[in-house]
Parts: sequence; C-alpha cells; structure tokens
Amino acid sequence: MTIDEAQQEIIDEFALLGDDRESTIYYIMELGEKLPELDEKYKKEDNIIKGCQSKVWLVTELKDDKIIFNADSNTAITKGLISLLIRIYSGRGPKEIMNTDLYFMEKIGMQNVIGSQRSNGLTAMIKQIKLYGLAYQAKIGS
Amino acid sequence: MLDLEKIRKDFPILNQEVNGFPLIYLDNAATSQKPQVVIDALTDYYKGYNSNVHRGAHTLADRATGKFEATRTAVKEFINASSTEEVILTKGTTEAINLVANTYGRQNIKEGDEVIISTMEHHSNIVPWQMICEEKGAKVKVMPINDDGEIIFEEFQKLITPKTKLISVVHVSNVLGTINEVEKIIEEAHKYNIPVLIDGAQSSPHFNVDVQKMDCDFYVFSSHKVYGPTGMGVLYGKKAILEEMPPFLGGGEMIKEVTFEKTTFNALPFKFEAGTPNIGDTIALKTALDYVNEIGKDNIAKHEEDLLEYCTAAFQGIKRLKIIGTAKKKVSVISFLIDGIHPFDLGMMLDAKGIAIRTGHHCAQPLMNRFGIDGTARASFAIYNTKEEIDQMVESIHKIIARF
Repeated sequence: MTIDEAQQEIIDEFALLGDDRESTIYYIMELGEKLPELDEKYKKEDNIIKGCQSKVWLVTELKDDKIIFNADSNTAITKGLISLLIRIYSGRGPKEIMNTDLYFMEKIGMQNVIGSQRSNGLTAMIKQIKLYGLAYQAKIGS
Repeated sequence: MLDLEKIRKDFPILNQEVNGFPLIYLDNAATSQKPQVVIDALTDYYKGYNSNVHRGAHTLADRATGKFEATRTAVKEFINASSTEEVILTKGTTEAINLVANTYGRQNIKEGDEVIISTMEHHSNIVPWQMICEEKGAKVKVMPINDDGEIIFEEFQKLITPKTKLISVVHVSNVLGTINEVEKIIEEAHKYNIPVLIDGAQSSPHFNVDVQKMDCDFYVFSSHKVYGPTGMGVLYGKKAILEEMPPFLGGGEMIKEVTFEKTTFNALPFKFEAGTPNIGDTIALKTALDYVNEIGKDNIAKHEEDLLEYCTAAFQGIKRLKIIGTAKKKVSVISFLIDGIHPFDLGMMLDAKGIAIRTGHHCAQPLMNRFGIDGTARASFAIYNTKEEIDQMVESIHKIIARF
C-alpha cells in the first residue's frame, strides 16, 4: 500500500462517521487505544514532541532501510491522532516519507474536529516525522 | 433573587448552539461574556462620537473625553477609591502589575532585597517580579499553601524581613477559587511599612471590593472579567505612593511640558497614561460596571455561591472525581481531575456537547507543581449560569466516565 492509498483508507473510514463531531472524537480515541503501549524507558525528554497541553513521545528505529515509528501520548485524543500518522508512515523508506504530502486531514476536515491548536500540534508531529526521514536518509545514503 | 431568564437574554452570545447543543459557557474565569448594553456602548462610540480624548477643541472630542472620564469615576466608585487620581487605566491586569514592577519596583528594589508573592499566583504576578528582581539582584520569596489551597499565614509571617520591599498577592485564585485573607496579610505587612499589591483579576467579578477598607496599596483588575470589553484594565494605587513613582511609558498625554532639554510630567492619573488610550473599551467598561451595580454585587455573590455549593455537592457524588482546591472560602471556580481521563480529553469531549470549560495549567505552573499535577479541568460560573447547566455538565461527565 502506498502512502496515498493509506490516506484514502483513512478518509473513507472517517467518511462513515459523517458530520458528527462527537463520534469522530471518540473514534480517534478508540484508534489511540489500539496503539501498542510504549515502554516507559522511551518516555524521556529527548523523545518528546512539544505540544500545548499534551505530551507526545516518538521513537524510531531503522529496519531493512525502513523507518519504524512507535509513539505514545498522555492524552487519548493525541494518541489517536499519532496512531493515524504511524499507520501512514511506519515501515516506509525515508525518501517516501520525505516526498509525500499529507492531505487526509484536510479531506476529513480535521481542523473542525480537533480545533486549530491541536491541528498545529499534529503539524508539528508530521514535521518531526519528516525530519526523521531526512536524518535516516543521510545515514543510509541514497 | 436574580431574574435569570432576563439576565440570560441580556447576553446574546448565550443564545446559540455549539456542535449541535445549546452553549453552556463555564469558562468565566478566563473571560466573561458581554451584555448587549456593553456591545451597544462600543458601537455607539464608534458610530457616534469617536474622537481622541483630552485634546480636541471640538464637540465630539469633548463628548468622548466626558464619557472616558466618567468611566474613571465609575471605577473609583466600584472599588471605593478615595479619588479618581488613584485610578490609572491600563491594558489589563498584566500591564498594571508590570507598571508597578517597572516604576515602584525599579525605584525601590535594590540588590539583596526581597519581594514576596504566593504559591497560587498567576504567571502575570510572578514573571514581572522575577524580571525586576533579576535585574536588581533581588529575590522573589513565596508564601506556601496548605493542601486545601490556603496560604499558611504563620509561614508568610516568617518570610518578612527588613529586606522585604513589596508583597504582591492574588485576592482570589484563578485555579482554586480560594479567597485569600488579604486584609490579614496587608495588616501584617503594614506593621513593617511594606506596601501590598492585590491582584484582583478574579475577585472583582464576584464580590464587593473596597480598597480603602482593605487598605491595600495597589489593586489591579481587568475589564473583560467583569462583563466589560477586552484590552482594558485598572491600576488603583494610593495617591501618596503614585505621586512618588516615576512614569512608566513616555509619550503624549503623560507630559506637562516638553523641551529637548527636559520634560516635566503630567499630574495623576495622566502621568501613567502615555499615548492615545483604549477609548472605546474604556467607555464601555462603565456600562459593564453599571450593569453589575444594577444587578447588585451582593445578589451576584449570593447566586454564584449557590452555584458553587450545588456543583461541589454534585462533584462530590462522582466517585472518580477529585476537586483541587478545597479552601473554606471560595468563589465560583472549581478545578477538578477525573481518575483515568486527561483534562485535555475531558475538555474536548465536553466541548462536543457544547459545554465550554478550561483545561491545562491555567497560567499557574508553580501551583500545578505544588499539587504534583500537570493541569486541571476547571468550571467557573458567572451571573448568567444556572443549576440546569451544572446538571448538564455533571450528566455529561457521568457518561464520559462510563465510556472509559
């Protein structure tokens, strides 16, 4: 599955929820619950992506030239949001991560669901993921 | 008894749906909503007599100046200052505290001196003191609080030394709702001739404030929390102290005479009001104060006490809910935590039901550290809130807890 196919899958899932903001919020939280828990040893300052009210820990490893992302958050909503990003990005090569633009949030109307402050948080997470792409790309060479 | 139905109709913003539910606005400690009369006062000014104040020779300027100064008189009466010279109009509570730190503080705080604040201060009553103390090589000392969220008076007494130059303390905590016994603190400070600044951002909306009776040296508050416009606030200071203080900002209005060699400064209160002020919002603040006076501060206090009591009782019936801030004397502000649900998630889930609360550290991180928490959820009530709204919130919280 390409990144775009993964995005489309998420868009289709959210379309089923319709315009109901509450159901969408609960759905995001349920997605977060399915995310495997991050070991406590990774929940350190170095791995934190700074957000406003919630903390996000993002951990990476390189396996067969693919980046594996694992993450956790202290709030359910944010955990759900990052689970979407992991679904899209984890297990992909650095180049693909760096070169693909995300449009699923706009299609879903995510800003209306989670508000602009949290939308900015989500953008910060994507930026961090792309930075990892860049760093690993430099590490493995082209 | 308040005519709640009538009061609610005075606030047009309340009559709307948010996310498909009738809006329940419980974030009044952040900012209160504005009655139609205040909104009208703003548009009347811009439509009818927008002009600069204290300068023009024409009719509109005269009208604007009259209305502008009428607010100063209304504020004087609202807090019972002894004269309008003691009422300085500012951008808000934050600017008022910074003004005192940068004038009185800069003039009087020397190396090795001390400023005392409390554990439950808003950042706006911490940072300005840290900044001036750092500049001067002085120290900020902190009154400790007990687990209920009350200042420990005996510990405060121990903090006073001959080096103490100022005490700046919050009247009512924006997080805990605690009403501090500021009269006792002021009395103690004055034994040693130490002036006291009272941060009244959260007391001014809730009950009667009498600065002369309180005997504070400075009292500051914001318009937007007392049903007035944003961007507008008040610094009250005792005349004798204000007279001695150097100006804060330089510019128009605050001068008596300017030559390139020397400038002499205007008299109180204008000495501290450089530049064109926030005229429209200032004028509308009087309308807000008139509105509050018409309802009656005692009636407001009574209504809000009822809501606080009602909500506290309901919250005590929720097993996994813990109230943060259990002082004996509180205003209608309740911070709380629910076991297993992050306040941020709770806020979003309530918002989906049209219920607006605040979540986070409430600009009081040291207080959060004192309680060993990251943040809280906070519901805060105003004159237009009802028990039915509290019922709705409690019912929603029950449903949310059931899902987690």
